[in-house]
Amino acid sequence: MPLGRWHAYGLTSSAVSAGSVTEAGAGASTMSAAAVVVDALVKRYPKSPVNAVDGISFTVAPGEVFGLLGPNGAGKTTTVGMLTTRVRPTSGRATVGGIDVAADPVHARGRLAVVPQRSNLDRSISIRRNLTFHAAYHGVPGAEAKARADELLEQFGLRERGDVKPDMFSGGQAQRVMIARALMHQPQVLFLDEPTTGLDPAARLFVWDRLRELRDRGVTLILTTHDMQEAATLADRVGIMDHGKLLSLGTPEALMRSLPGSSTLELTTDARDGDAGEPLLAELSALPDVERVELIHDPATGGQESTLRVRLYVAGEAPQLVAPAAALLARRGQALSGVELGEPTLEDVFIHLTGRTLR
Amino acid sequence: MSAAAASAPGRASQSRAFRAVLARDVFVTWSELPVFLAQVILQPLFLLLVFGKVLASLGYTQHGYAHLLFPGLLALTAVITGMQTLAFPLVIEFGWTKEIEDRLLAPMATGLVAAEKILFASVRAMIAAAIMIPVGVLVLGSVPWRWSGVPLLVLALILGSLLGSALGLALGTLVTPARINIVFSLVFTPLLFTGCSQYPWPSLSRLPWFKVVTACNPMTYVSESMRAALVPNVPHIAPWVCVVVLIGSIGALMAIGLRGFYRRAID
Repeated sequence: MPLGRWHAYGLTSSAVSAGSVTEAGAGASTMSAAAVVVDALVKRYPKSPVNAVDGISFTVAPGEVFGLLGPNGAGKTTTVGMLTTRVRPTSGRATVGGIDVAADPVHARGRLAVVPQRSNLDRSISIRRNLTFHAAYHGVPGAEAKARADELLEQFGLRERGDVKPDMFSGGQAQRVMIARALMHQPQVLFLDEPTTGLDPAARLFVWDRLRELRDRGVTLILTTHDMQEAATLADRVGIMDHGKLLSLGTPEALMRSLPGSSTLELTTDARDGDAGEPLLAELSALPDVERVELIHDPATGGQESTLRVRLYVAGEAPQLVAPAAALLARRGQALSGVELGEPTLEDVFIHLTGRTLR
Repeated sequence: MSAAAASAPGRASQSRAFRAVLARDVFVTWSELPVFLAQVILQPLFLLLVFGKVLASLGYTQHGYAHLLFPGLLALTAVITGMQTLAFPLVIEFGWTKEIEDRLLAPMATGLVAAEKILFASVRAMIAAAIMIPVGVLVLGSVPWRWSGVPLLVLALILGSLLGSALGLALGTLVTPARINIVFSLVFTPLLFTGCSQYPWPSLSRLPWFKVVTACNPMTYVSESMRAALVPNVPHIAPWVCVVVLIGSIGALMAIGLRGFYRRAID
């Protein structure tokens, strides 16, 4: 079964995801209160034979973290460009904070903020002034802007560097400054284009932590990424884009569950003398929802294992098979020493939808 | 286009955003004041020194040439400063640093971001030209001055600064960073020497082809109206002709520049 890479979850971590489930349809019923509404949006650049964005629709609820996942050139950045008033839609309609971005871009700009992929900080002025001038553009009074800048610089670990000009900054630091700057006018919706592309792992985790804090404070986040781990970690819902079209939309869990026979359950148990495991495999494959069972050989022991590892490919939800499998082993008098749930990744979903890898 | 949708409170917030963007430019200029002064003063200062002082002292120029040159240098300073102030940063901001994006995302019409640039560059150009007056007194000992010519001088200063800014907006939005050097040398040097700042236009009758070339440079009309204001006894083009040509040129260059600005700002 060519399912690409697998991401293993422990038993406890599968429970965490249950809290963040929002069904795809939930946003549609609250259209008027939605943070972002995208309706049949199309962008065709002059002289281009194809649409860069080809009639996409989705709704983002207030406080939701929405990820647009897709390879480079899928149309994610153009979509965000239209939502942030920098790209004029060819047809269709989009609102941010209830304001039509094409009809009233000036008001829409007050409700949104953008963190671009590459630094666009003002190099002629210090970090602190980057924040306070941004606030001034948005009409935040001077004293309030100063207080907010101090608070944000502290929060983003930049307190000591406030008076430095941005050209001295690394990519990760510039990214932090740009997020802090975006928050200066307290936008309703924050757009982040590839927020951690090109950052080192520590900087990446720092940015992820800050984005989680924003989510907890109720800021609506829309991020584009070609990193499936980023999408799975941060986003409440993910839209998968390719060739300007929205191929699929749902919670990361729902998208991954949508792959047929792609969840797995790995069991580790003690081997009996002379038992190659065949009777056990036969009994396990008789359990409900099990599509296929295979024995995993550890190359280090050369086949003389004292333990057996068995992988079950499951049509439904793998966690629900843990209890029946454990009971079966107990009946056979074999001790269960390890359980591992395997979920398909968003990358597998992408491959399933397009037949290609993300990068 | 987008300004049309603005309500009354929208206009207030747009004007606030406009003033904040202007404040940013003033702040940056203020914090780089020596650079600004060197940039605007050095070139006309040396032209004044060599053509007005050195060559005159050596007897290579006629008596009175310095007074003919001075109004031309005021025109040159206004036009060139306006163009440089706007064009160079704009090319870099659009093509390389993308700094302008934060201002394009401010709650104001895109055209107002361009208007702020024009206003700021024009004011900077006028200040630069005004600084030339004490510099002229210092280098030449005295400069031609007629109080009755001041209204025309001010008008010529405003039009010259606007002309330079409009030219800068057009160039700044049309040129990519990769070609900035070649384009500026192709534009800058001819502009500098065909704008009648170093000679009066009517005196070119002995070089008819050059008379035509200079007539095509809008800076000529700034120089000529400056001379009409300060040294009216030197033959010059009628001021009303200059004003009409300048308003037409400014309008055409602004239209080209704004089109370019919208094209760069919004896809």
